[in-house]
Amino acid sequence: MLQAPGRIMREHFGIKTSGEQYVIALAGNPNVGKSTVFNTLTGLHQHTGNWPGKTVDNAQGKYSYKDKSFLLVDLPGTYSLLAHTVEEEIARDFICFGQPDATIVVLDATSLERNLNLAMQVMEITSNVIICVNLIDEARKKKLKIDFKELEKELGVPIIPTAARNGEGLKELQKAVYTMAVEKVIASPKQVVYSEEVEKAIKILMPKVEALGLARIVNPKWLALRLLDSDVSFIKTISRYATTQTQQMVAHKEQGREFTL
Amino acid sequence: MGKLSIPLSTLKLGQTSSVVHLEVKGLLRRRILDMGIVPGTILTCIGRAPAGDPIAYLVRDTVIALRSEDARLINVEQV
Repeated sequence: MLQAPGRIMREHFGIKTSGEQYVIALAGNPNVGKSTVFNTLTGLHQHTGNWPGKTVDNAQGKYSYKDKSFLLVDLPGTYSLLAHTVEEEIARDFICFGQPDATIVVLDATSLERNLNLAMQVMEITSNVIICVNLIDEARKKKLKIDFKELEKELGVPIIPTAARNGEGLKELQKAVYTMAVEKVIASPKQVVYSEEVEKAIKILMPKVEALGLARIVNPKWLALRLLDSDVSFIKTISRYATTQTQQMVAHKEQGREFTL
Repeated sequence: MGKLSIPLSTLKLGQTSSVVHLEVKGLLRRRILDMGIVPGTILTCIGRAPAGDPIAYLVRDTVIALRSEDARLINVEQV
């Protein structure tokens, strides 16, 4: 039986998918209603609470849409993926190495500017991004007007307005996840353009980074950026995951299974 | 422009200022940027712990508490 390396990496995170199941990650700043989105979609009653760091380890739940099964992974709330806390590390490692079929980034409609920082970081790691602008009921109360069409054009990823508390917009969210995960309609997220010096440095690093052959597990530009950042913790993490993957592939080969690389 | 920039830690209760420059280095700098404190961001001092530390600031509709030793490394100007 042929097994995609992505699935093996997921087992590493304690994610077991049964048969044809799509893995969807749920990311976002603290206190934007991620767990409410999670509970409403899965029908579970994971504890929601108004304090930071509630979802420390990842929580999982299932839902079905159009006869397909989706495994939703609720990640801890973070402002960033540049990993300086345990929560950020969990979220980053899962988005990076867990290879979800889609990542939903939940944003607070009343504080879009700060929330977009995380969205842009996720969009640098993966193209399979759906942005869910939650708490639109709060935004309406504050008389905020958001031009979702324009935002979608600017960012290059599907934008779904929701008020998860009342279930508003969740059907549309499920539909967007289906389109991306099942029909493989991939978005083309807008990338951050750095200063001339940084972009030049990335260009110099790219051939060497690509020669490492890690493109399957991590986006080479993201890796080049972390190298420039001298993010030692990330370099350690990636060498750990790369070793794990190689070992597992060897083990599977010994069992007579084949891999297509 | 031309106004004198002062450390954020010297802001009095109720005063509002705009970030000019961050002298914070390393991981804390990254974290402060991630929380949306960047040049031009408006901060209001809204509270101080009994011992004077930490200090609470209103940033983009969110209350963030900073140690005064860290707030000292954020230069602001009054608006």
